[in-house]
Amino acid sequence: MALLEVKNLTISFGGLRAVDDFKLTIKKGQLYGLIGPNGAGKTTVFNLLTGVYKPDEGIIRLEEKDITGLKTIEINKAGIARTFQNIRLFKELSVLDNVKVGLHNNYPYHTLEGIFRLPGYYRMEKKMNEKAMELLKVFDLDNEADYLAANLPYGKQRKLEIARALATDPKLLLLDEPAAGMNPNETGELMDTIRFVRKEFDMTVLLIEHDMKLVSGICEELTVLNFGRILTQGRTADVLNDPQVITAYLGE
Amino acid sequence: MSFISYLINGISLGSVYAIIALGYTMVYGIAKMLNFAHGDVIMVGGFAVFTVVSTCGLPPAVGILVAVVICTALGMVIERVAYKPLRNAASPLAVLITAIGVSYLLQNVALLVFGANTKSFTSVVSIQPLKLADGKLMISGETIVTIIAGIIIMICLTLFVNKTKAGQAMLAVSEDKGAAQLMGINVNGTIALTFAIGSALAAVAGVLLCSSYPSLTPYTGAMPGIKAFVAAVFGGIGSIPGAMIGGILLGIIEILGKAYISSQMADAIVFAVLIVVLLVKPTGILGKNIQEKV
Amino acid sequence: MNKMNAKLKLSKTAKSNAITYLIVIVVYLAVQILLAGGHVSSLMEGLLVPLCIYVMLAVSLNLTVGILGELSLGHAGFMCVGAFAGAFFSKCTQGAMPDGIRFFLALVLGAVAAGVFGIIIGIPVLRLKGDYLAIVTLAFGEIIKNLVNVLYIGRDSDGFHFSMKDSISLHLKEDGEVLINGAQGITGTPHDASFTVGIILILLSLFIILNLVNSRDGRAIMSIRDNRIAAESVGINITKYKLMAFSISASIAGVAGVLYAHNLSTLTALPKNFGYNMSIMILVFVVLGGIGNIRGSILAAVILTLLPELLRGLSDYRMLIYAVVLIVMMLFNWSPKAVAWKESMKEKYFSGFQKKTGAGASAVNTEKKEVK
Repeated sequence: MALLEVKNLTISFGGLRAVDDFKLTIKKGQLYGLIGPNGAGKTTVFNLLTGVYKPDEGIIRLEEKDITGLKTIEINKAGIARTFQNIRLFKELSVLDNVKVGLHNNYPYHTLEGIFRLPGYYRMEKKMNEKAMELLKVFDLDNEADYLAANLPYGKQRKLEIARALATDPKLLLLDEPAAGMNPNETGELMDTIRFVRKEFDMTVLLIEHDMKLVSGICEELTVLNFGRILTQGRTADVLNDPQVITAYLGE
Repeated sequence: MSFISYLINGISLGSVYAIIALGYTMVYGIAKMLNFAHGDVIMVGGFAVFTVVSTCGLPPAVGILVAVVICTALGMVIERVAYKPLRNAASPLAVLITAIGVSYLLQNVALLVFGANTKSFTSVVSIQPLKLADGKLMISGETIVTIIAGIIIMICLTLFVNKTKAGQAMLAVSEDKGAAQLMGINVNGTIALTFAIGSALAAVAGVLLCSSYPSLTPYTGAMPGIKAFVAAVFGGIGSIPGAMIGGILLGIIEILGKAYISSQMADAIVFAVLIVVLLVKPTGILGKNIQEKV
Repeated sequence: MNKMNAKLKLSKTAKSNAITYLIVIVVYLAVQILLAGGHVSSLMEGLLVPLCIYVMLAVSLNLTVGILGELSLGHAGFMCVGAFAGAFFSKCTQGAMPDGIRFFLALVLGAVAAGVFGIIIGIPVLRLKGDYLAIVTLAFGEIIKNLVNVLYIGRDSDGFHFSMKDSISLHLKEDGEVLINGAQGITGTPHDASFTVGIILILLSLFIILNLVNSRDGRAIMSIRDNRIAAESVGINITKYKLMAFSISASIAGVAGVLYAHNLSTLTALPKNFGYNMSIMILVFVVLGGIGNIRGSILAAVILTLLPELLRGLSDYRMLIYAVVLIVMMLFNWSPKAVAWKESMKEKYFSGFQKKTGAGASAVNTEKKEVK
């Protein structure tokens, strides 16, 4: 069964078709890659999938449910979480609290329980702390739980973003250039982590990446975007050997 | 007939607001800060003219010149001493609070030097009132001078910004400080120049304001300063034509509101209109709509 | 190890909060002792309740400015709403119930009224950002002050009468009484405010704000401040939490207003007490005390309120000195050069000091808003 089904997705900015007739089907449990040259519209696709932009045309279905045009927070509640190309952490909050914000909707208690420190507060906060630490451990961030997010090194900030996204308990995880700015060692580690997350959390992942080692190493299928249109789609090995793709990347 | 005379008074007051708002908007555009002390520079300009003309008995033209020189220098000193060190502060609020401190400082220096008593300001305008429609419509000399001065300043400023190298540098710095610096523009100098021009305008506005409303206290500048800020936001802060339109509209609304609705509520009406405008168009009438990219 | 970490953190904030409460209580006791010994001049004694009011205002505005991260210049407006709602209630019900209960209800009413205003104003206004929000909140504050100045309410045997014109248009009967008399405001509000009540209200405000900040909702509010787009992406309801912070902040300002009204025999809405100047002064407390630093707000409010009084000997120069002190403190606390200098000093004298939280962020964090 398709977890995510996108058809005919189109959006224009002032006459420019940033994304044109985009389609995509991702099966549950897949690791899927979205690649293409800079400015091809990859991040715009993410923004459309997460409701930051409303598409001019097209339909987005998550587990058969139409989520086209919903607000960002509704889409998150429906089960899509993401990271950002330029890291967007809650910089003045601790690492632990960053993840706890991600847990917000799944561990509810009333405002008054919080203000007056009623039993519900302690119960839920305890559960949240446990869950958050569990997530941080996956990303090897548990020793930095008390640090301010802003004080983490770059690579760990990227990991924390993924941990925070996972905290919302999504069905589909969107990663926007998770390896950007990482050295080969860190990228290798990241690949392991992504594989682990897929297995451990039974997660489906769609990622944008320029690092071909990462893409060819973990993605099972790829979609290549160029000038807002799909250049080709299919199994990773096939796509990467497609002469069209090579031309798009290297030029004529 | 009375409507027309209210309208003209409104345009006159609006011209003063527009001149102050131009200073506000230029400084905001370039330094991205609300210069709360701007209104008090107006007051300093007023006192400068008052001292030269009423105390020393020199001709008004000398007074205006002295006021412009003093305010220009003052604006640059304030920028250098109080604002420049905070240009890269962690919070934009820091410089806002410092501006408030400068505002208090100017008010209290004036209080010490000139006392709290209201000074009656002798108008610098000696033009006879214009009588129209068999004397039913009378336009005071101050009103005429204010409107003409407003028009001249707006034209000059627009020409300056669009036609001169310094003006273009100003636009560049307000667009992107870092890029402007890389292109070899002297950012610090440009910012200082902006403060100088804004303060010179405040001096002119001070003279015009005090000529039309001839009572001068250390707090004279505060409310017009706030109103001009409202005007700048109203027209779209950072936009020069926006400040002009905003200022004039604000003056008209205030005078008409006072005349036809309630004199006590005039300020409330001005602020209510601002709120309505911003709710309909969150960046003001001529403001650019900037969306944060994701 | 992990659990210990999480627990450690909880107890750390709890400890910091406890210190804040303790400071307030110790100061209260110290003042009481001084008062009993007759060491406090009547001038200082008269400042005690205003001090409590300013502390509450500063602490509550910090919720909007520091925790929510939105600049509001209309805080005095909410204080004004609370003051008039509370004073009006007390005026109407004086003698109808025990004084203590009446005052308590007045405080509750002031909080509710200001909170409701916070929501009414917040819904349209919180869509705006930064300086636009600042000017609109300033505008609302001025409108509230202006409206109160033309509000006339009277009561006679027929019930309540309203007017926006003058007291004569209320058409009261012989037995009638003008309760709110336009620019003359409300006279004869019972003098219920005391230092003890003020301290209790401060502790209550602190309790609400500190516990809110260290809870699920507080984290949501701070996440909006740090990165609205990211907060939205993890399912935080931006409008809800902005309104929550804004209205709680307004409510506490309203309570401060009620206290203010019950400390004076005549309540009028002047530029001095409810105008934008007042809002700005509260903002000064917040920024000087450290944005988001609740304890700092308290300290700044106390110092800056006492400073002009302590400088009273210098009579004419005191406000001048106040202004200079304000500018110098801002430059010293916030200019990147001064911050870097302080850092280097810290490193020089506390070389073992481990930089783990805070500090660093303020010095380095000068980059612009991310583009993508």
